Amino acid sequence: MTATAEPEVGKSRRRKEDARLITGRTRWTDNITLPGLLHMAILRSPVAHARITSIDVEAARSMPGVLAVVTGADLADEQGSLPCAWAITPDMKNPPHPSIAVDTVNYAGEAVAIVVARSSAEAHDALEAIDVDYDELPVVLDMEAAVADGAVLVHESLGTNKSALWVFDSAEAGTGGNVDEAIAAGEIVLERKFRQQRLIPAFMEPRSVLCDPTGEQVTLWSATQVPHILRLMLALTLGVPEHKVRVIAPDVGGGFGGKLQVTPEEILVFLLARRLGKPVKYTETRSEAMATAHHGRDQIQRLTLSATRDGTITGLKVDLLADMGAYLSLVTPGIPILGAFMFNAIYKIPAYRFSCTNVFTNKVMTDAYRGAGRPEATFAIERMMDELAAELGVDPLAIREKNWITHEEFPFTTVCGLTYDSGNYEAATEKAKQLFDYDGLRREQAERRERGDVVQLGIGISTFTEMCGLAPSRVLGSLSYGAGGWEHAAIRMLPSGKVEVVTGSSPHGQGHETAWSQIVADQLGVPFEDVEVLHGDTQSSHKGMDTYGSRSLTVGAIAVVKAGDKVIAKARKIAAHMLECSEDDLDFAQGRFSVRGTDKGTGITDIALAVFAAHDLPDGVEPSLDSEATFDPENFSFPHGTHLCAAEVDTETGRVTIRKYVCVDDVGKVVNPLIVEGQVHGGLAQGIAQALFEEAVHDENGTLTTGTFADYLLPSAADLPSFVTDRTETPSTTNPLGVKGVGEAGTIASTPAVVNAVVDSVRHMGIDDIEMPCTPFRVWGAIHGRDVDTGGSQAGGGLGSIEGGLQ
Amino acid sequence: MRVTMVVDGVSYTDEVEPRTLLVQHLRETLGKVGTVVGCDTSNCGSCTVHVDGHSVKSCSMLAVQADGCEITTIEGLARDGQLHPVQQAFHDNHALQCGFCTPGMIMQAIDLLADDPDPDERTVRHGLEGNLCRCTGYQNIVRAVQDAAHRLKPAAQADREHEAVGGGE
Repeated sequence: MTATAEPEVGKSRRRKEDARLITGRTRWTDNITLPGLLHMAILRSPVAHARITSIDVEAARSMPGVLAVVTGADLADEQGSLPCAWAITPDMKNPPHPSIAVDTVNYAGEAVAIVVARSSAEAHDALEAIDVDYDELPVVLDMEAAVADGAVLVHESLGTNKSALWVFDSAEAGTGGNVDEAIAAGEIVLERKFRQQRLIPAFMEPRSVLCDPTGEQVTLWSATQVPHILRLMLALTLGVPEHKVRVIAPDVGGGFGGKLQVTPEEILVFLLARRLGKPVKYTETRSEAMATAHHGRDQIQRLTLSATRDGTITGLKVDLLADMGAYLSLVTPGIPILGAFMFNAIYKIPAYRFSCTNVFTNKVMTDAYRGAGRPEATFAIERMMDELAAELGVDPLAIREKNWITHEEFPFTTVCGLTYDSGNYEAATEKAKQLFDYDGLRREQAERRERGDVVQLGIGISTFTEMCGLAPSRVLGSLSYGAGGWEHAAIRMLPSGKVEVVTGSSPHGQGHETAWSQIVADQLGVPFEDVEVLHGDTQSSHKGMDTYGSRSLTVGAIAVVKAGDKVIAKARKIAAHMLECSEDDLDFAQGRFSVRGTDKGTGITDIALAVFAAHDLPDGVEPSLDSEATFDPENFSFPHGTHLCAAEVDTETGRVTIRKYVCVDDVGKVVNPLIVEGQVHGGLAQGIAQALFEEAVHDENGTLTTGTFADYLLPSAADLPSFVTDRTETPSTTNPLGVKGVGEAGTIASTPAVVNAVVDSVRHMGIDDIEMPCTPFRVWGAIHGRDVDTGGSQAGGGLGSIEGGLQ
Repeated sequence: MRVTMVVDGVSYTDEVEPRTLLVQHLRETLGKVGTVVGCDTSNCGSCTVHVDGHSVKSCSMLAVQADGCEITTIEGLARDGQLHPVQQAFHDNHALQCGFCTPGMIMQAIDLLADDPDPDERTVRHGLEGNLCRCTGYQNIVRAVQDAAHRLKPAAQADREHEAVGGGE
């Protein structure tokens, strides 16, 4: 069989990946053992800000099984500084970022000593024998306090807690008007402040890293989203030759941006393995992951929106404070900047100014978390649209329709200078309204208000877009990012007719092995089963930019398609030679070159065998069909959608129940509807969790008080409803597959939909905002006029559980 | 201490430290790494196995407590190359993404179906409350468990053989 009649792309293929995952034949990093393997454990600072006055490791050194006990002072000369790849401004303050503290700790959980022992248990036992004296320093945790005069400084030497100020102004950029003039002339001017609480990515697989220094290449296995970036950064940070390092990301159990990092533990395992000449493994506990793996979000957003009395927006001004934590990690400073281009969302806003002050505090670093900057922006603008509708007394859908880009207006260049290539907001919204029974629910809401029901109904809307497919390299360059945004792929045509696809994307749950197989099966006309996708090992997949920012399909798979085009072009020359015709006379379809107007032809896998034998090739043609390609996108892609949430709020208890959630997403062409639907479901769960459940809370000393799954409320199956998901399909025009990316859509869109619904349910009581997470306590407090501590020191976790949306 | 247990049909006798958790024993001594550790507070359920036929979070039990017990892990479910109906249902319904929670989720689902062979959606959701998943939003997991319930009914077996699984292999 060399041809597939029915296209693979568009089919709900069950995933190839599942076979090993449902049977336990998995290769999580922590599953790997090697001869002589040693285990590392880390002693972490219990205080958030202190000078280390002494560390006594003598007792630990003599504990059973212990091979090494090491402090920051011991590694100071070789550990380098953890990388930050995004200097958002030339004057950005970026303090040295040690993997292990040398003399000062700046957040609770920072590493202060390491034990390597024969077993993990022995390493942990020895940690308890280490005695550290701290000279505690005052902490600064609140962003507004951190930027006030006379604030406690995280890094005394910087003289400030401000890392950088980044500004975009449409008047200065020449992409729009002057926002101050627009606001001054505004018939309606709304000002709002929103808090994006700190979240924890909480991938299910705790991070693990194993380093084997015994080969010619040092091999590092890591539970990472970014094996290629990690390899380069190990070389740059430690000064080791890049070609002497091999990084492998085996099965990786989720990431959501949380594994888009170069971690202290990766550096430390590398250093200790090298020092001891033996393989060393470190696997974090969940508590360590909660406290020290980077967090997400954490912004204070001030928005000013001006409009005419008929509801037409005339200007938008955004001022952000963004919490970096104590240091800048891999892309920490750039996360809020990714949101800068999304506050205008799907709307025609003529004047726009965005400014963001990045702030240091004595907390663990923030960095990428599903959506990374774009959920924050989408939340703020979608909340503002509801506020504008309320101010004008009109339906919030109508106010959106009045301001959105209509489908005839694409391609549309926004006030930020991005060109949205395609979209149809009307179609997605209409479909969502029908599925939701928007008018019926509005009627019911009115009736309940009229009756004064204890349980009120609210309807929340989110009409979102996002920029996916990170990213055109020239755009990244203009934003001072430290690398390009291309992706690499290669296709190997094996002599037996099978195909290996090498991708620089690094999946960790997305299903690349299945989706890439579908794409290549169609393109080369080979069976789905005959395609093997190789990834996540810098030895087999030597080049890549890895997986994040909904980029795998829109950039990585396009590289695969480009490589496939080259395979076909190479094969065409040989086919013409074999069939004794001109290349121009050949048609290629379903894996077969046919001579037009005849029944002569040959299959691409036959050509692969002929190339392997290489007995009779045209002059000057190399005996290989194998091809590679590196694709750099011209533009982002812009998925969009309309999400509608009906929430019931018990006004006596503050309990929120999602009664109905409908989303219609437009992610362009779909390779595998089953995978797309799964991505939407998971995204929704995470966005809803921000709205209702999750928050990283610190006490006044900077200790994380939501440091386990008992305190940080990841929703369970009982906390979530079933979702109604559907799609419209407006192909992207920026790539040959017409795809847009789906990984982050659900998360970006759902948070404002839920909060808008909660606020809408009680707006008639004079409430126009409830801080996230909208726990029963906060909702009840809003209804009953009680201040329930909006400063973020109240644990959302543990208080917000609802019994699901099941009626 | 010396413990003997049957794991996935094989009897093992080992010396264990009294403090060793069952999950540590399974992973580190017996190499049963299909069972994973996702937390340290017994909240996530990733390490769920069956002990004498009932689901147990294997991080919440000492290895010595399992002395004389029969343990089934995710690695012992498939028989003669045939997936357990719950494994098959997870695959068919795309009830996993990264797959880290999946072993525990499947083990818990089997236990749930043993208690209630025909659970409604609410029962499934509450029955899986102790198993966390960060990828799927649970919708397809719920679907898979209900699908598995259907498959496990003897009468349904014949019907299913005629059913085309849309787009599947």
